[in-house]
Parts: sequence; C-alpha cells; structure tokens
Amino acid sequence: MTTQTQKIPAPAVAPAKRQSSAILTGHRFAGPLFASPALIGLAIFLVAPFVLAVVLSFYRVQLNSPRPARFIGFEQYTRLFTDPDLSAAFGQALLNNFTFALIVVPVQTVLALGLAVLVNRKLRGMVVFRTFIFMPLVFPLALTAVIWRLIYSRGDEGLLNALLGLFSGGALSSHDWLGSPSTALGSIIVMSIWQSVSFQMIIVLAALQSVPTELYEAAALDRANKWQQFINVTVPGIRNTLIFVALITTIFSFRLFDQVYLLSRSGSVDRGSTETVMTQIINTGFDNNNVGQAAAMTVIFMLIITMIAIIQRAAVRQRGGV
Amino acid sequence: MTMSKTMEPTRRSSSMKRTRRWQTALHYLILTVVALFFFLPVYYLIVGSFRPSSEVLSGLSGFVPTNLSFDNYAGVFDHLSSDATGHFGQFALVSIIVTTAVVAGSLIVNSMAAYSFARMKWRGKKVLFLLVIILTIIPFEAVALPLYYMFSGQRDTVVIQAIPFIANAFSIFLFYTFFLDVPGEIEEAARLDGAGPFRTFFQVIVPITKPAFATVAILTFLGQWGSYLWPVLMVSDPTVRPLPLAISIFQNQQPPEWGQVLAFGTMFIVPVLAVFLIFQRWFVASISSSAIKG
Repeated sequence: MTTQTQKIPAPAVAPAKRQSSAILTGHRFAGPLFASPALIGLAIFLVAPFVLAVVLSFYRVQLNSPRPARFIGFEQYTRLFTDPDLSAAFGQALLNNFTFALIVVPVQTVLALGLAVLVNRKLRGMVVFRTFIFMPLVFPLALTAVIWRLIYSRGDEGLLNALLGLFSGGALSSHDWLGSPSTALGSIIVMSIWQSVSFQMIIVLAALQSVPTELYEAAALDRANKWQQFINVTVPGIRNTLIFVALITTIFSFRLFDQVYLLSRSGSVDRGSTETVMTQIINTGFDNNNVGQAAAMTVIFMLIITMIAIIQRAAVRQRGGV
Repeated sequence: MTMSKTMEPTRRSSSMKRTRRWQTALHYLILTVVALFFFLPVYYLIVGSFRPSSEVLSGLSGFVPTNLSFDNYAGVFDHLSSDATGHFGQFALVSIIVTTAVVAGSLIVNSMAAYSFARMKWRGKKVLFLLVIILTIIPFEAVALPLYYMFSGQRDTVVIQAIPFIANAFSIFLFYTFFLDVPGEIEEAARLDGAGPFRTFFQVIVPITKPAFATVAILTFLGQWGSYLWPVLMVSDPTVRPLPLAISIFQNQQPPEWGQVLAFGTMFIVPVLAVFLIFQRWFVASISSSAIKG
C-alpha cells in the first residue's frame, strides 16, 4: 500500500529538478568530475586492454620473448577458422559454451523463481532455511572446485557415487562423473547452479516482495486458485526481474571459466567436453604462449557475446520490457 | 487487507484447515530437501576438516564425524611456515588488504560516477553511460591476457592485485538504479541550504542510500575475496600471495592432503560466513529495499 504513496510524488518532482539545473551552473564541472575516477579506471583496465586485444590479434607475439612482435594481419583469424586443429577445438569450446548457456539459463532462472517462492512464505524457522540456501555465496570458486571434485570422485569413495549406491541398493555406483565425457559438462552445470542460484534467488525474492498484495486479494476474490494467482499475478508482476536475471545468467554462463579451469588443472575433468572459450583463451595465451592467437579468440568471443546481448535486448524490447 | 485476514480463520472449514496443514508439511519437506542440497557440501567441508586425510574420501563415512582432531589445522600452519611456501598470516594479510582496498575504493568511485549519471546534467553523459552499460558485458577474463601484457612490469605487487577491480561497470549500474529513486526534494533542500554537489552527495545522499552501499560492498567483497585468475597470472612471489592461491598448494601435494585442504577451506569461509550471517538480514533487505513496503 505504502509503495503507491511513495511512488506517486516521483513524477511530480521531475519538472522541479529541470528548473534547478540553472542554480547549478556554478558547479558545471561537478558531473564529469564525479564520474571521472570510475571512467578513467574503466578506460585503463577494461577498454584499453580490450583495444590491445584487438591490436594483438593482428600480430604474432609471445610473452617475455626477446623477439619483437610481428604483424601478420588476419592470419590468426583465418587460422582460427581454417586450421583444422585450431578450429575443431575452438568450435568445440563454443559449442560447450552454448550448451551450458542453453541449459543453465532456463534451469537456473526457473530454479531461482521456485526457490524465491519457496522461501517467501512466512513460516517458523524460515531464516534458518534461507541461511542454508545462501551459504554457497561465500564460497570462493577455488574451494567450490575442490569440494565438488571430492563429491564427484570416481569409485566408491566418491560421495555422489556412495549416495547413489545407497539409494539404489548398490545397483548404481562407480561412475566417473567429471572424467567421462557424457557427464562432465552436466556435473559442472550442477556445481555452477549450486554456487550461483542463491544470488539470482535474492534478486527474485526482492521482486516478489514488491508485488502489491492488493493484486492477490483481487485475484482471490475472482476465485483464482494459488496456481492461477502465480501465473496471472506473480509472474507478470516480476516479469522485468525475471528477464534481468535471465540476461545476467546468460552473460555469466558465457564467462564460465574458474570451475572448469581449476578442475582441468587438477586433471580430474574430461577436457574435450568441458573446455570453454574462456579456458581456451587462457591456455592458448599462457600455457602455449601464443598471445596473438588468444587475442583473436577474445575478439571473436566478444563479438559473439555482444551479439547475443543485443538480440536478447531487442527481443525483450519488442515485447515492451526493460 | 487486515480485515480479511482476521476473518479468515472463522470462515475456513476444518477440511480446508487440514489441507493447509498438509500443504505446510509439504512445504517444510521441500525446504528441507533443498536446504540439504545447499548445506551438505558445507557440512562435508567442515566435518572433513577435522578428520584424517585418508578418511575424507571414503564414501558416505566421510559424513560421519569420527576421529575428530585439530591435526589438519595444525598441519596447515606447519606447512605454511617457511619462506619457500609463504606464511599463512601473510597470505591472509594480502587478501585482507587487497579486498579492503577494492571494496572501499569501489564504494567511493562507483557511487560517485553513478550519482553523476543518475542525478546530474552534463554534456556527453548519455553516451558515456551507454558505454558503461556496454562494458558490463565484457568479462574480466576476456581482458586478463592483454591486461597482463600491459602490466607485466608490475608483477608480484599488492597494488596491481587491487587496482584493476576498483572501477566496476556493474557496481555503477547498481548504484545508478538506487540513486534514481531518491526523491528530488531532498537534493533541492540541500541545495537551498547552500550545499555544493560534494556535500549534497556525501552528507545527504550517502546516508539515505546506505542499503545500496551495503549491497555493493557485500557483492564486491564476495567477488574479490575468492578472486583467483588475476593473482594466478600476476603473483609468483609467496610474500604477496593471496589466500585463494594457497588452496592449490595443498591440492598439488602427492598424495593430496584432503584434510588439510578442507581445514584451509574452512578457515577461508568461516570468517566470511560469520560476517555474512551478521549482515544477512541487512543484505536481503537492502536488495529488496528499492521496492519493499515501508
């Protein structure tokens, strides 16, 4: 109820603000001044290295090498698509990224919504349940990788195998979850969801609590049952938030790096089926010391991410969202 | 609103009450299963940290708290006590310094930028803000390599671990959404009292948007405390190594000392967990505060 009373004055204020800009003429430089530290930081540590990546992608260049960088034009790009060794691995990494995103984005968004609905009810002890669900948020990825590596361990000593063995009466056991190509990506997906779904849940929870209760009362008067209320009141009410969550999950899922990198370093994961573009870039740049090639991969990859973001935005805009 | 609620119990028939009770029971059941999924790995970590390494990886018995001792914790400190491996205290200190610098710096720098974008008028603002929004999709991992190339001369310093993460496009965006909701009269009043933009921001806006600062602080902290990729690239000197890198030292032992890895992990998360639990209410409230009812 109070939401309305708070929100109503907002538009009325806008014209007053416009007039007042005249008073501010003495502080003409305040705006750029306030923004400049952050903008300079972003320029040096995000824009400049990105531009450098574009430049480097046209060179053959090695780290800590006395040989000067050599300009080779588009060769890194053409090799990326025509050199069978490179293009197969790059294609596979891209495919893994897309598979990961296609599964994680819908699953995680729906799970976040489900969890938010689940913990939104006022029940005794809810604080405890919420706390448990938030716990993975404090886990650094390096530690997440260690723990899930233990859970997924092959043989009977692995926790997951032992659990499955217990529930199936010994029929199921001894699967090498991370090591076998068919389950490696799936295992990493479960681990990623465990790690990050609570973050999305918090955002959805906040949105749920902002849906005006009057709408539910009106729906209840119209004899809508709980499920109908959920579909006709809750989901439309938090539509923008769900879209936002799906957007950031998409971007995060394309960034997938740490878990895979850490697991593949310890040698416990099937590389081919879990390699992502990000891990490939780092491996190419540092382990194989091929900076130019890695830079070309970065540029292609950024183009792809940007395109996905633009398509998503456009699709959402068309239906009148954010 | 309140009326319908007070009338509810009398109107409900007993059969409805029964279905409700059944629903509540089901709700608790689902909650318990979900909570277990999130909590079991945490439990496994903590119990394992007190058990002998050889018994950590032993199927379901890894869950049973037997043979508990502090040996693994002692082992961690023993192991990290020479100059070759670095000292635990030193790692912790580096992590604390870097994280504090990033959190504090990012609160100041990003909030000011967001305030400027949300509330001030200046030339080129729209274009720059659009650019900032675009920057939110560039993952750090994508620029890690050229950034390394740019700053390879600054390797093994504490400063280079912190400074690239202070300005953050996503934090600017978060602050921006919070600042948009601040009623204009408040700034108006400050201005009429003769406050310049700096005073208006630091003495008027900052105090009323504390939840925004809490949110960004917590998110930045969580992201930075476990940061792995950048230190892996930039740090080889054990004296400036942050905590996350030490995890892999234990993992690479042959045979791996799982007990020690888990003890190390527990020491890594328990302080954070404590802080998080203390601020949890605030955190959740702050994220919802822009919309929540007063």
